[in-house]
Amino acid sequence: MLTAEEIQEIKTETAHYPKREAGCIDALKIVQRHRGWVSDESVRDIAEYLGMSATDVDSIATFYNLIFRRPVGRHVVMVCDSVSCWIMGYDRVKKHLGERLGIDHGQTTSDDRFTMLPIVCLGCCDHAPAMMVDSDLHSDLNPQKIDSALEKYK
Amino acid sequence: MKGNSEKPLTERMHTDGSVVDLQTYEQAGGYQAIRKVLHAGMTPMAVTEEVKAANLRGRGGAGFQTGVKWSFVPRGKDVPNPTYLVVNGDEMEPGTFKDRLLMERDPHQLIEGAMVAAFAIEADIAYIFLRGEYTLAAERLARAIAEAYEHHYLGKNIFGAGCNLELYLHLSGGRYICGDETGLLNALEGKRANPRAKPPFPVVVGLFGKPTVVNNVETICCVPHIINNGAEWFHGLSKTNDGGTKLYGVSGKVKRPGLWELPMGTTAREIIEEHAGGMRDGLKLRGLLPGGSSTPFIVEQHLDTPMDFTEMPKAGSRLGTGTMIVLDDHTCAVGMAWNMTRFFARESCGFCTPCWSGLGWAERILRSIEDGKGKPGDLDKLAFQAKMWSPGNTFCALAPGAADPLETSMKYFREDFERHIREHRCPWS
Ligand SMILES: Cc1cc2nc3c(=O)[nH]c(=O)nc-3n(C[C@H](O)[C@H](O)[C@H](O)COP(=O)(O)O)c2cc1C
Ligand code: SF4
Ligand code: FES
Repeated sequence: MLTAEEIQEIKTETAHYPKREAGCIDALKIVQRHRGWVSDESVRDIAEYLGMSATDVDSIATFYNLIFRRPVGRHVVMVCDSVSCWIMGYDRVKKHLGERLGIDHGQTTSDDRFTMLPIVCLGCCDHAPAMMVDSDLHSDLNPQKIDSALEKYK
Repeated sequence: MKGNSEKPLTERMHTDGSVVDLQTYEQAGGYQAIRKVLHAGMTPMAVTEEVKAANLRGRGGAGFQTGVKWSFVPRGKDVPNPTYLVVNGDEMEPGTFKDRLLMERDPHQLIEGAMVAAFAIEADIAYIFLRGEYTLAAERLARAIAEAYEHHYLGKNIFGAGCNLELYLHLSGGRYICGDETGLLNALEGKRANPRAKPPFPVVVGLFGKPTVVNNVETICCVPHIINNGAEWFHGLSKTNDGGTKLYGVSGKVKRPGLWELPMGTTAREIIEEHAGGMRDGLKLRGLLPGGSSTPFIVEQHLDTPMDFTEMPKAGSRLGTGTMIVLDDHTCAVGMAWNMTRFFARESCGFCTPCWSGLGWAERILRSIEDGKGKPGDLDKLAFQAKMWSPGNTFCALAPGAADPLETSMKYFREDFERHIREHRCPWS
């Protein structure tokens, strides 16, 4: 069930749309903000709330990179693997993260602290290689910078 | 915002990276263009004509003339209501990092630009469509929009002139195809961002079926300056016939990667050598993508071509977003082509077969070549695939944009591809 708080946020953030369904992506993001990810149950709840079919909501949820349909760790590390970062050393960044966290893309550490995912160019190509952890951008990455960046996320 | 500035888009920005707030923006002459429009009794058509005369061309990559686009908006009493303005801040094209700066550092410039543009097309609702990863831009834009509402610069009866404008910030769920204007409209309607058939064009049937103008962030940021200083001044900023300045960027192994506001039509050579400090020691430039990863490669012989919408096609390429990606001689051209093709394959919206199926196939061929498992004949397969992605064979410009860098890398660096296949390994790794 959607919480009263979630429903209130969905209402406020989508009030300006002329159609209820238009709020679907916002609703998915709001639920994810509260729960970390979007479960099958949440998909059904959002569908019911917006008067849509669960299949339609799921087809939208799975379309977008930033909607997680599987559980993620407390923090999500999104590593840019687009071209400028690739030129500037994405492979080294990925290798270091992989060794340090003991996971590959799409996996979560056993203590549920980090999930690692690839991401499209973060618009930070002049300071490549780059990654995001949750909503923070980290750039000009090297092993030391990666290590000290990760320390901040418990 | 005086007419003697050579860098109207970036001159107010603080060097420490902090945001220009409303007060600072106004002290620097901000919100004068919208006042001029509303208080001097300019008509929407007069604003449109001024922008047309300035020859402002769309900075989202396609270079369509902004004033001309605005003039296509149906007007008058019988037109379906409302008309929308949508600012495209999706910026997901790999190698592109210009709109982020404009939104993070000087958000009021974008808001004022949106106000003037909305006035010109008679829109009373505007959206800024922002990619979800741009969290700092989101925070600063939201704050700036709130500031503008507090001062009654947005909302009902703005500047007491009887005009209304609601401005909303929408954060994307994240997918490259949202940058395509019709994909974007579907995303704003809460749907999957598959592109729409054209015609009808969004200016006639757009968001929620209503007339809608979609413009890039940098395009909109130019608008207040054109109104303040006139079309002729805007022309004077440029070295060519395409008006204005341009945010040019360089990424890759140059000494000082970065972003600079320069006269439109500055050459790649000048940008790389004077602004980016040249190649890193010991490295040579082999080629570059002038404006993001869906523009065709250019090489040494093209470096003196003015980087604008008119001249770049003569060098077999396009200006695109103007943020170039440099390939050096220690980086593998095949690996680079593989990386970009993988991006397009992943981001394909899945609607038409040559794109979703062909891109995946090409990505696997490129990966096998890079891994030393390429076969003779693979290059013909790649060439065939790339042809299948040309305009007319696919539903939108994503696939043609994937073909351009692949075809030109096979043209200019063919020997590299052949060496991989011959030697069964990547000579660069
Ligand atoms: C796959 C694809 C991605 C695009 N991404 C963007 C983008 O991120 N930002 C943008 O302004 N235009 C993007 N465009 C171009 C838009 O469709 C549209 O032409 C542009 O927003 C119009 O604004 P302008 O005339 O001011 O350039 C993209 C086009 C395609 C086909
Ligand atoms: S070309 Fe690709 S992205 Fe464009 S509509 Fe077809 S499948 Fe979708
Ligand atoms: S390619 Fe990684 S930030 Fe642009």
